[in-house]
Amino acid sequence: MSELLDVPVLTAWLKRADEMVAARQTYLSDLDAAIGDGDHGANLARGFHAVTAKLGTPADPAALFKTVGMTLIGTVGGASGPLYGSMFVEMGKAAAGKSALDAAAWADVLEAGVKGVAARGKAVPGEKTMLDALTPAVAAAKGAAGLSAALSAAAEAALQGAEATVSMIARKGRASYLGERSAGHADPGATSAALLLSALAEAAR
Amino acid sequence: MKKLINAADKVVDEALAGMAAAHGDLIKVHFEPNFITRADAPVRGKVALVSGGGSGHEPLHGGFVGRGMLDAACPGAVFTSPTPDQILAATKAVDGGAGVLHIVKNYTGDVLNFEMAADLAKDEGVKVEAVIIDDDVAVQDSLYTAGRRGVGGTVLAEKICGGAAEAGQDLAAVAELCRKVNSNVRSMGLALTPCTVPHAGKPSFTLEEDEIEFGVGIHGEPGRKRIKMESADKLAEMLMEPIIADLPFKSEDKVLLFVNGLGGTPLVELYIVFRKAAEIAKAHGLTIARSLVGPYITSLEMAGTSISLLKLDDEMLRYWDAPVVTPGLRWGA
Repeated sequence: MSELLDVPVLTAWLKRADEMVAARQTYLSDLDAAIGDGDHGANLARGFHAVTAKLGTPADPAALFKTVGMTLIGTVGGASGPLYGSMFVEMGKAAAGKSALDAAAWADVLEAGVKGVAARGKAVPGEKTMLDALTPAVAAAKGAAGLSAALSAAAEAALQGAEATVSMIARKGRASYLGERSAGHADPGATSAALLLSALAEAAR
Repeated sequence: MKKLINAADKVVDEALAGMAAAHGDLIKVHFEPNFITRADAPVRGKVALVSGGGSGHEPLHGGFVGRGMLDAACPGAVFTSPTPDQILAATKAVDGGAGVLHIVKNYTGDVLNFEMAADLAKDEGVKVEAVIIDDDVAVQDSLYTAGRRGVGGTVLAEKICGGAAEAGQDLAAVAELCRKVNSNVRSMGLALTPCTVPHAGKPSFTLEEDEIEFGVGIHGEPGRKRIKMESADKLAEMLMEPIIADLPFKSEDKVLLFVNGLGGTPLVELYIVFRKAAEIAKAHGLTIARSLVGPYITSLEMAGTSISLLKLDDEMLRYWDAPVVTPGLRWGA
């Protein structure tokens, strides 16, 4: 595999993400129905279809991330639209001026994106949100040597983080109204975040 | 579940086209991005009111666009908040130079999307203020949740603020009035049945024949607790008690009592609930100065009701009574 994330690899990521979200649309919506309102899968599938349709041939990773962010903001709706949208917009800012990202640059870009999510959602880890998958993914990416290791470690950490949300009580978003009844179900946002990072690890392979 | 739809992904667009066909004298429907404006927008020199949220709550919000109420509404997908580009386009389309008030129900998605849109509108030189409506007393622990939800009080805030804007009040005054309505209104609802989001194709939760969801929100999300079915009188009592306890309603207070249908409950049952709710209000010494009964903020075909109680002062009373000409509410004109 390439040791750099460039526009072709990132484009392959988003296509893979579109396929994976579409394939798991019902699963994501079922998770959401258990503790929210049951639209997460459909919303995200709509958003990533729009992303692959609109992507074209961006000049560099920064332009690509910005297009992804703005498209998600304009098509997903719900809370996940602004949250994923902010993540990609912030990733675009952090990637400015780079034609490709090595492992260290990717970890920094991902970290900037995750900070964008936290700022927009006014959330911290442990509240049963996307951040519970994304925050450990950043730490794993930073601790890994080489791009391949960083991507797999981030995907694995996100998956474990999403699984760990099962026992959490939601403090943010619509699931929070369930209080203790929200425990026992994985958070749909954390699950989709893990899915996106798995798609990246697969696409770069 | 049988639904009068053609395709799940066409529900919102086709309903909007229907609204345009039915109410073209009052409203104008814009597509891509989707929003509804009053037919004569922008009204020069008047503060414009913009609201929005997921579709499936009709007549909220699109049915309340027109003279004396909203200048624009932004419908999202069913039960999904609208996106910032819609809200931005609506905000710019109705800005008559006196600024725009965003009235936002306290749901995370709505709040985030309206915040992003307000930031973008301000960058483009539009004066925007936002007021968050959070009147749902069903949410007890607002510290460890996303906070109280915006429910029935939203209808009352949109009407009263629409009256004030029409009367020429400035942006700061209309926003202040909106905050006053929000701090004086309390609501609580219950569901007898769940509802089915068209693209999900199955109910978002299940209830046994003898069960109800008490303290339900307006998106089919579960509420405070699940309890056994009771009589209308008993349920009205169970809704009214936390409402009256939450706001220090005093004897002699003038109130507006709003008994709302969630979509699947007939008016005949809502009046049975109203009768008992009014009796309870009177027993607390409250004077029911105004009332509203009917399906105004719904949850698709969910059966159930919500009760809202607003403590009125002369200003709120005056603007409640002011003329309104919208598809969903119309009087005095």
